[in-house]
Amino acid sequence: MSFDFLSDKDRIFTNVYGFQDWGLKAAKKRGDWDKTKDLIARGNDAIIEEMKASGLRGRGGAGFPTGLKWSFMPKEAPKDKNGNPRPSFLVINADESEPGSCKDREILRHDPHKLIEGALVAGFAMRARAAYIYIRGEYIREAETMFAAVEEAYAAGLLGKNAAKSGYDFDVFVHRGAGAYICGEETAMIESLEGKKGQPRLKPPFPAGAGLYGCPTTVNNVESIAVVPTILRRGAAWFSSFGRENNKGTKLFQISGHVEKPCVVEEAMSIPFRDLIEKHCGGITGGWDNLLAVIPGGSSVPLVPASQIMDAPMDFDGLKELGSGLGTAAVIVMDKSTDIIQAISRISYFYKHESCGQCTPCREGTGWMWRVMEKMRQGTADIEDIDTLYEVTKQVEGHTICALGDAAAWPIQGLIRHFRPEMEARIREQSGEPQATAMMEAAE
Amino acid sequence: MADTPNTPDEAEMRARWGGFAFTAVNAKQAKKVIARYPEGRQRSAVMPLLDLAQRQVGEETQTQGWLPVPVIEYVAEMLDMPFMRAYEVATFYTMYNLAPVGRYHVQVCGTTPCMLRGSDDVMAACKNKGMVKGKTTPDGMFTLTEVECMGNCATAPMFQINDDNYEDLTYDSASAILEALAKGEQPKPGSQIAGRQSSEPEGGPTVLKAMVDANHDYRKEY
Repeated sequence: MSFDFLSDKDRIFTNVYGFQDWGLKAAKKRGDWDKTKDLIARGNDAIIEEMKASGLRGRGGAGFPTGLKWSFMPKEAPKDKNGNPRPSFLVINADESEPGSCKDREILRHDPHKLIEGALVAGFAMRARAAYIYIRGEYIREAETMFAAVEEAYAAGLLGKNAAKSGYDFDVFVHRGAGAYICGEETAMIESLEGKKGQPRLKPPFPAGAGLYGCPTTVNNVESIAVVPTILRRGAAWFSSFGRENNKGTKLFQISGHVEKPCVVEEAMSIPFRDLIEKHCGGITGGWDNLLAVIPGGSSVPLVPASQIMDAPMDFDGLKELGSGLGTAAVIVMDKSTDIIQAISRISYFYKHESCGQCTPCREGTGWMWRVMEKMRQGTADIEDIDTLYEVTKQVEGHTICALGDAAAWPIQGLIRHFRPEMEARIREQSGEPQATAMMEAAE
Repeated sequence: MADTPNTPDEAEMRARWGGFAFTAVNAKQAKKVIARYPEGRQRSAVMPLLDLAQRQVGEETQTQGWLPVPVIEYVAEMLDMPFMRAYEVATFYTMYNLAPVGRYHVQVCGTTPCMLRGSDDVMAACKNKGMVKGKTTPDGMFTLTEVECMGNCATAPMFQINDDNYEDLTYDSASAILEALAKGEQPKPGSQIAGRQSSEPEGGPTVLKAMVDANHDYRKEY
């Protein structure tokens, strides 16, 4: 193993496993809320510049540069039709629902004060009046912790009027969802916060122009916000000393599936897949020869076959080169015991279940793709159906308001790209046709 | 999109729930919730209030709770929004039960990360206790639902029962939890692997070991 592993002193989420108390007193002792006033005193633009220099890219999946996103917020409050200034809002996306992702949960329940302090500093930098933390409905205990932590922060004068004695007034509110994957899409989240069905909006207008209640809004992932105070305290140069160019920083990886010890762990970006698994997960179940494929960034990115992923760097660009993506760094590992067609078909079912029904290609397409994927799993489809299926994924992709259509299409495309022979073999087996490859004779 | 639920008879439902109102405690909580949103934007509170109402119905019926139409009407009226807009929300999100459920709502995650770690065994454990997907057991104790990714992928497989998650399940541990609940006991939520705190690797963390026994401050090592 050659990789320079992150040392404990450079980990941001030191209480990620919750061995210690999440409360304010304990969090302060770990370094949270340490001279927050001084961070804010640097001024809006200085904070945004520092964030840009740090190279932080959004941790919610798309990887858009965080500092740049903030700079889209208006410096002068826009006026409504009566000439009154409109407030700006920060919305924090804690609707973690991407299959494989389970990192924000650990921040919410074990390190909530990092998120609240980050909300204040980020909210100040982008000139927001308040932050709403939108937590997925199923995170019931996690939301209870967040409500309590926010209350603690108010009681200590860290939020509200003159928050943390910074001279800035800022509120943080917690809002619980009620079970809808689509609300993780930023405009669907805004709709949901307004008390409506979570159906994505057409863009433009972008949220930075007209978002929550028609006001300028930035939507950021939990991890993107929670790392902000530490980056500002330790400096952009420190954060950008980890990872390859354009892929800077530390990152919470979540490894699930066929590894000996699944876990969540903060590591340096660009860590090679093999090192991540060997060091933190006790290896692949049954050894490296038993690895079949990996979904490296949550269910919506295409799978990568074993031979290509083994020594790949786990970052945005490295995985893009392999036709996949880092997404939320939710690494789903599959060994050779996996029925890969079933594994992807189950993901297709997920998207069918979670389609909001607004756009026809997605509403009809996700159901159709799942039904055909089930035929592929059973081997009852025809060989030509594989091409038709691929064709349909291309019809869905790019023809919907939000990315859910793409997310439903990509896993199937990845399967066909890398495992077409397996799909064909199953169909032939089921139909009783002779296998394409000659049967090996026993060498006795 | 969710399947259309079998809602109970309209007249019966109205007779039972027509007079629904928040208890004093919940009315106070509702006021607090509404205050989280700007003036004139009280409609934003529809989701938390529907949840609060469902919980109150749950307390009154000794179940996880559900949302009879008159209860949705009550919430809509409180927020000065058309009933249909509230009904739209109640039917869009999966966590609002539109038909009565049992005392314990067993929600087994069946999405790929859980599937790879054995969610079929968890489902089998539920079925062998007499549960049927989408139905409530005749004694009214358990309702079984297969749900989509619950975000516990590093401690998979799991089920959520009412407000608690039970993780790192096997056929046996899932069965034991269901038996304990049936007996009126409260099993320990979280990972069912002895000694596993949360999402650290089983057997102890590979990093941040100083945090296990003390609230370590790493700043001195910068």
